[in-house]
Amino acid sequence: MKESTSFKELAAALATGVLFGVGLSVSGMTQPSKVVGFLDFFGDWDPSLGLVMAAAVAVHAVGRRVASGRAAPILGGHFRLPDREGIDGRLLIGSVIFGAGWGLGGICPGPALTALPGAQWQMWLFVLAMTAGVLAFQLFDFLTRRQRASAAALAEKVK
Amino acid sequence: MQNFTPGSALLGGALIGLAATLLWLFSGRVAGISGIFAGIFTPSSSEFSWRGMFVLGLLGGGGLYALLVPGGLEFGLERSAPAIVISGLLVGFGARLGSGCTSGHGVCGVSALRKRSILSVLTFMAAGAVVVFLVNRLGGTL
Repeated sequence: MKESTSFKELAAALATGVLFGVGLSVSGMTQPSKVVGFLDFFGDWDPSLGLVMAAAVAVHAVGRRVASGRAAPILGGHFRLPDREGIDGRLLIGSVIFGAGWGLGGICPGPALTALPGAQWQMWLFVLAMTAGVLAFQLFDFLTRRQRASAAALAEKVK
Repeated sequence: MQNFTPGSALLGGALIGLAATLLWLFSGRVAGISGIFAGIFTPSSSEFSWRGMFVLGLLGGGGLYALLVPGGLEFGLERSAPAIVISGLLVGFGARLGSGCTSGHGVCGVSALRKRSILSVLTFMAAGAVVVFLVNRLGGTL
């Protein structure tokens, strides 16, 4: 079923995106040296990003509490919870791969997009490579689904 | 700990949490940026348009900051082009395979006390710490 997105929802997405981008910039997450400094637990540790996450989680936890009293979002529709549940290999392997890349470059997706207007070649190259990674995952996901579907069809035939 | 910046970290973090809260409160959507970013490559989806607007918003927020704080978005880390490319590939693929990154799992999932998000955050921080440790053993630049 295709639901249309209202003008107000698009405006909300744009405005919250701006706020999120300003927050990332102010926090220091857009500076890879801060990220690497935070992950350097055994060296010259910079705890700043721990505080970024703690503050974001504290505010958002209160915000979700406030929202939990509502049956629906302010602009209508419904609250969309993530559809994947439980702990599986994909979650763990994906997190290891993501973390390794995060440690290597000191960049994660939000700060990468936010920092593009800073016109640093590293960020533009990173976003290009990240896009290739996302598309590679989509191909991988498509192929594994198809393989599973054909295996299921074969099992049905054998029966 | 000479690079510790607690004030800007707390303020920036609070703004991130506020932005995620407003998106959730107004349109019932999770501010998971790897998922939002991936969504702009499926234009046929009903979720395409708001995701595109959110990404534009991030760029706008960064642009605004760069105007107010000249040089505020400088890269400032010694990394070669191949290292950046490998890092981007791993981040893009890994975040999708693990269904989230620092925003979706790290902020939204942890706030909701989702077990799989908490486990994801501990896992990617550990993996990141191991890589940083190894890079520093090699001299700190790659």
